[in-house]
Amino acid sequence: MSINKHVKLGLSALALSVSLGSVNTAFATEDPIKVGILHSLSGTMAISETALKDTMLMLIEKQNEAGGVLGRQLEPVVVDPASNWPLFAEKARELLEKEKVDVIFGNWTSVSRKSVLPVVEELNGLLFYPVQYEGEESSENVFYTGAAPNQQAIPAVDYLMNDLGVERWVLAGTDYVYPRTTNKILETYLKDKGVAAGDILINYTPFGHSDWQTIVSDIKKFGSAGKKTAVVSTINGDANVPFYRELGNQGISSTDIPVVAFSVGEQELSGIDTAPLVGHLAAWNYFMSVDNDANYDFIDAWVAYKGDDAAVTNDPMEAHYIGFNLYVEAVKKAGTTDVDEVKDAIIGVSVPNLTGGYATMMPNHHITKPVLIGEIQDNGQFSVVWETPSTVAGDAWSDFLPGSKDLISDWRAPLRCGNFNVVTGKCGGGSADVASN
Amino acid sequence: MSIHRLLARMVLAVCLALGATLANAQAQTNAPEALLKRLVEAGQAEKTDLLKALSETGDERARGWLEAVRDGKLAMIEDTGALVIVVNNRGRNWQIADALTGEDLGEMSRRDLQSLRVNNALRADIEGILSVIDLTVADPGQRLDAARNLLGEVNEALATQLQARLQVEDNGQVRDMLTNALAIYQVEQGDVEAVATLSGSLNPTVRAALNNAVNSDDPALAAAAEEALASIEQKLKLNRAAETLYFGLSLGSVLVLAAIGLAITFGVMGVINMAHGELIMLGAYTTWGMQQLFPGQPGLALILSIPAGFLVAALAGIAIERSVIQYLKGRPLETLLATFGISLILQQLVRTVISPLNRTVVTPEWMSGSIMVNEALSLTLNRLYVIGFALVVFAGLMLIMRKTRLGLEVRAVTQNRAMARSMGIKATKVDIMTFALGSGVAGLAGVPLSQITNVGPNLGQNYIIDSFMVVVFGGVGNLWGTLIAGLSLGTINQLLEPWAGAVLAKIMVLVLIILFIQKCPRGLFPQKGRAAEG
Repeated sequence: MSINKHVKLGLSALALSVSLGSVNTAFATEDPIKVGILHSLSGTMAISETALKDTMLMLIEKQNEAGGVLGRQLEPVVVDPASNWPLFAEKARELLEKEKVDVIFGNWTSVSRKSVLPVVEELNGLLFYPVQYEGEESSENVFYTGAAPNQQAIPAVDYLMNDLGVERWVLAGTDYVYPRTTNKILETYLKDKGVAAGDILINYTPFGHSDWQTIVSDIKKFGSAGKKTAVVSTINGDANVPFYRELGNQGISSTDIPVVAFSVGEQELSGIDTAPLVGHLAAWNYFMSVDNDANYDFIDAWVAYKGDDAAVTNDPMEAHYIGFNLYVEAVKKAGTTDVDEVKDAIIGVSVPNLTGGYATMMPNHHITKPVLIGEIQDNGQFSVVWETPSTVAGDAWSDFLPGSKDLISDWRAPLRCGNFNVVTGKCGGGSADVASN
Repeated sequence: MSIHRLLARMVLAVCLALGATLANAQAQTNAPEALLKRLVEAGQAEKTDLLKALSETGDERARGWLEAVRDGKLAMIEDTGALVIVVNNRGRNWQIADALTGEDLGEMSRRDLQSLRVNNALRADIEGILSVIDLTVADPGQRLDAARNLLGEVNEALATQLQARLQVEDNGQVRDMLTNALAIYQVEQGDVEAVATLSGSLNPTVRAALNNAVNSDDPALAAAAEEALASIEQKLKLNRAAETLYFGLSLGSVLVLAAIGLAITFGVMGVINMAHGELIMLGAYTTWGMQQLFPGQPGLALILSIPAGFLVAALAGIAIERSVIQYLKGRPLETLLATFGISLILQQLVRTVISPLNRTVVTPEWMSGSIMVNEALSLTLNRLYVIGFALVVFAGLMLIMRKTRLGLEVRAVTQNRAMARSMGIKATKVDIMTFALGSGVAGLAGVPLSQITNVGPNLGQNYIIDSFMVVVFGGVGNLWGTLIAGLSLGTINQLLEPWAGAVLAKIMVLVLIILFIQKCPRGLFPQKGRAAEG
């Protein structure tokens, strides 16, 4: 099992980081450290990304109150790419060339990340990307603090298969790169596990789809074949609301056909009447309901910062929390904000996450995360029903895609390669065809 | 020695006392209170047995406890170990009540409470236990639901229980359901005779059981099951056709609702109003606003939203007409750009003033769920209301346009402005009234749409293209055309969707419209006469 392999990797990285310790050579300069925040504050994605901008501002404020980093204050530089993918690239260029920021935290959708990627590579910037994504990418300049497929999708499917006895699968998703790649990985994985092709139904819908009658009726029909059926949903954002509502109205409860979602979090549920959703599942690396003091403190700080007693926290916010602390620790370790030195220093650094464990930056620029499965409750929160025994390290290149299973990523010297082919022994020796879809 | 005797007596007394407490403890472990205590510490596997034991104690609070566990509302105070039922679990402080006495204990931080974990497996078990309890209630509807829940869940112990129940059950439907539940169990046990009982049923669980039986090792059973399935499939075909038609009509009525306001502003007046979608959004937000005004009465709020949504959107329409559109008469391109700007302004206004996040609009009780026509065909209630509402709005609008003075003047002004003015009609006033009417109807559409889609700043954008599509396809200026076009596009879409997928179906409908417009540029019902030529 690849997870075990990664758990071991994660543990060794943890040990490595502990033994290294932190070498703190603070030198005082008057210049603040500039932190670029590249999140959409208007347009479709504003619903999700505004909270991430505020999270960053809060973290920076707290860090400054604690004396900043290396005796320097942090200064946020906020830009608005307005949910416009090409504008993300322009704004990233503006941040790096004009504002000369030391690091960027930003992006939500994969397509916006793909748009920014060439810019940060060309100008040698640093980007912390906080959202779960389809994998099949490892850039020298990007740090992926969200989940790779093996940290979310695969464990969720394992849970359904082993704990709920699911034998028939509906893979439903929105029609774009993340669901298509994830479903491709899951399809291969399920077939490897002996699921027949006739027991898998794949369905794609456009963004913001609101008429789910036929699809839900198809799912119902698919589920009446005598085997336990589940829906694995990569349906994006608010299209989920009418989907779940239709499920409820057509009388499909979570005990009949459970739905496990990878894009539905506390933020999304805050816009939904959750009564018909109770018992449906979501797989994340963090839930607001996690019973842990670090989490409660974070929630208290967030509620105080927003001045809204009903403010919710979610998984990408935790990813930014981890990413920000990793960056701070790496700068302390390197003693400078120089991009190349921070890039080297950050590998192996560990910081506490909000679920009671540690997140370690791996050589492939992904981090270790626990995988949690939660059931939706009527108050819009999740109750954790299952979790991995320890953290899982993110795998940039999926083991379940033909083009990528031989690839590894290691940005440490001397390899310094994001797509090293272990069969041919060459860097850049092949890439997954899905990555360009 | 007396001391020895004394000691012996003391030992004896201690032993007796100990024995008594032990016996007492034994009795107490099966008391409801003790079972609840054990439940909190029990592993997942043990919980079902404990809950079953709890339901068998006959304690009248048992049902409440089971429901609390099912809903994840049973919790323990971490410091004292006392059991409580969470009355309200919103926010960081939860309102709690004593689990045993029901006494209100006020609020407590969620940090200090530990909720009992439930998962789907346990929830299904609880539903099963509750269903067994429900089989004996007075209300036959509730008994029927309980019996339906037990389909496919029957085991040996339950089978004898059901057989006993069947002897005393007097309601025919419930009897049939119980017979089916028993027959599924018998088929699972390999009983060929029981297949005959199931052969007429359209219930999905029955079909699932038969599907499993087809794969069984016993050839007689497999053949019987196959035959039963074939007869069921035959019956299902008709139901599926009816279902597709219903889906088509419901999608169609949504299209009609979204487009009908535009049929007035664009169709009749000729104003290309790109802010039409945002007017729908205003109606939806009004619904949300009304629900905030009447908390706890979502039904009443929804009904009051109908006039309120109309008024808000109509006022917004008047403002748009007075401030922008009246100056751009006869300049379609400028109107398009200006109204597009207005649509962006309205979106950003909502985003800044209210929130970029979607708002929750609660569905009232009478609009959720579905009416069951038979076991395979059920009509979702919210969609049924939307279809009805669309037809009522259409009829009302038709009445206004055909039978009122306003309608007459509107038609006169749009057909020949100069002539109408010379007949003494105040054209400017008619313009305002017409635009207000079209906008108000858009607002009306927002009210039911809040029940089937998300209420957020982007709501309007999702409907603007569809609206123009319907109006153009139906024939500009023709209300009947809008109705027929909306309903037929909805039906075509739902017919294509099962085999083409949602994305492709949408594209195919668009291609279809393009081809159609090539042939008939004026749509399904072109306007005839001199007015159309002008």
